[in-house]
Amino acid sequence: MASSSSDAAGAGRPGGSFRRPGDRVFSGLATGAGVTILALLAGVAIFLMIEAWPAITAPAEDIPGGEGLWHLIAPLAFGTVLGSLIAILLAVPMAIGVSLYITHFAPRRLSQTLGYIIDLLAAVPSIVYGLWGIAVLGPAAVGMHRWLAGNLGFIPFFEGPASATGRTMLVVGVVLGVMILPIITAVTREVFSQTPRAQIEAALALGATRWEMIRMTVLPFGKSAVIGGSMLGLGRALGETMAVTIILSVSGAVTLNLISSGNPSTIAANIALNFPESSGLAVNALIASGLALFAITLVVNMAARAVIYRSEQALR
Amino acid sequence: MSSAKSVEVSDLDLYYGSFHAVQNVNMTIQPNKVTALIGSSGCGKSTFLRSLNRMHELVHGARVEGSVILEGQDIYAPDVDPVAVRSQVGMVFQQPNPFPTMSIYENVAAGLRLNSRRMKKPAMDEIVERSLRGANLWEEVKNRLERAGSGLSGGQQQRLCIARAIAVEPEVLLMDEPCSALDPVATLAIEELIRELKVNYTIVIVTHNMQQASRASDITGFFNLEESGKPGRLVEIDETETIFSNPANKATEDYVTGRFG
Ligand SMILES: Nc1ncnc2c1ncn2[C@@H]1O[C@H](COP(=O)(O)OP(=O)(O)OP(=O)(O)O)[C@@H](O)[C@H]1O
Ligand SMILES: [Mg+2]
Repeated sequence: MASSSSDAAGAGRPGGSFRRPGDRVFSGLATGAGVTILALLAGVAIFLMIEAWPAITAPAEDIPGGEGLWHLIAPLAFGTVLGSLIAILLAVPMAIGVSLYITHFAPRRLSQTLGYIIDLLAAVPSIVYGLWGIAVLGPAAVGMHRWLAGNLGFIPFFEGPASATGRTMLVVGVVLGVMILPIITAVTREVFSQTPRAQIEAALALGATRWEMIRMTVLPFGKSAVIGGSMLGLGRALGETMAVTIILSVSGAVTLNLISSGNPSTIAANIALNFPESSGLAVNALIASGLALFAITLVVNMAARAVIYRSEQALR
Repeated sequence: MSSAKSVEVSDLDLYYGSFHAVQNVNMTIQPNKVTALIGSSGCGKSTFLRSLNRMHELVHGARVEGSVILEGQDIYAPDVDPVAVRSQVGMVFQQPNPFPTMSIYENVAAGLRLNSRRMKKPAMDEIVERSLRGANLWEEVKNRLERAGSGLSGGQQQRLCIARAIAVEPEVLLMDEPCSALDPVATLAIEELIRELKVNYTIVIVTHNMQQASRASDITGFFNLEESGKPGRLVEIDETETIFSNPANKATEDYVTGRFG
């Protein structure tokens, strides 16, 4: 996420040997900030490695659960990715729709107000969403769970039996989706609204309808912001602890079934739940799961960057 | 090919909110001719030009009174779709503005893909080539049609924008200072192109360059601003030769001979 700062420092580098004092100070500060971020990142990674190492090298029977580290972490990683995936699939299309509405369809006054509200929602602490999930959405979703199990039960996701409490992966995914929607929207809205006027006018002057204009100019212009915003949202969803901890009813099962009461937990929720009572190798095992979360985030981020990069290179 | 059309402008008044930008314009824009619009900065040439394809109304609060009749149809009639007007009246802007995420080919084809028109690849290829040839750009880009349009030089980009505009075969082509970002050689190339294009199109061009108006246009209209804050007006419109040699109005004469103020 800090990739642009190094680009900016490189682009402005003067060619000759003479440099103004002001430039030198600024470039020193900028370089310092960049190096600090990298050092912090490396520091966190190294800490995780060192602390996780005993668990990685320990014999399988010493790890909590007695079946080795992989058996401990894999279901958690699965649950983490599953919940976040639901959230992203729900939130990204919504965020694009809301941003487009605010920037290109809503009347001017309304669009400003909506913009403020979205920014405000993005700052609401996640525990609030968690409470809403368990107190309101979960109970309200029980009926829908039954319906899904009854009518769409042939799809593995909705196999059932339907949970009677609504404390399911589906509800977690929806709550996470609602939670990250404002963040993604805030980022995409900002960038969509900066689409160059010259591009918009070029499209309209060709006889494009408003939707065609958006497809030709706004979406290509905002593509990397959509990815960037989604990554911010995904980061929050992957690491979300409280909301998941209080909503999800956990059995440790690895299943695609989203509506039953037997769900895999997530890495973050599992750490929060077990860390206080853990000691010795169990702590190392939890930290190893944290390392896995770190790795998942990094891989997803790099994959997203690669997607952007490849689509930009396609034209050169 | 497309059929050039005439445009009849009557009692046209243009506003930005409460600001009256252009007052009472009457003119007939003749088919297959190049009409140049000249006048000092801020007198409303761009505003007027943009009212001819309903781009004016994109500005928040902008308003139009009067009528613009394109071959019998008032483009401001309540049942007329601005999208349809813009596909009949093309526009080339002051700054070249190819779509940066599209290839050269895609840029020219952009208008052809609009309004869910389906077209076979060979037919599309043919129109793209014809449009690029029409814009005198084909020879320079035929081997790199898949490259980004934004990788071309400024003059090439402007010709790409012209190719993009003529690919949809508009009846009228509007150009707002199309050469102001270009060097003299590229400018001459575009002027040459404008003279060729009038065989098929009705062309209206805004320019600050007196030589350009006298070289490239058949008819010249002079806009003027009595004082700032007042609306701009069309002072005089006539054969280009007349405007530059023997204008009826003193203000026109002062302007074309460089004695304005
Ligand atoms: N988007 C806008 N909102 C409000 N006023 C505008 C807008 N665009 C132009 N105007 C005003 O309308 C008047 C005419 O502007 P216009 O751009 O049509 O002039 P012009 O003749 O094209 O000038 P130039 O030769 O500098 O391009 C000016 O007073 C300008 O300030
Ligand atoms: Mg102008």
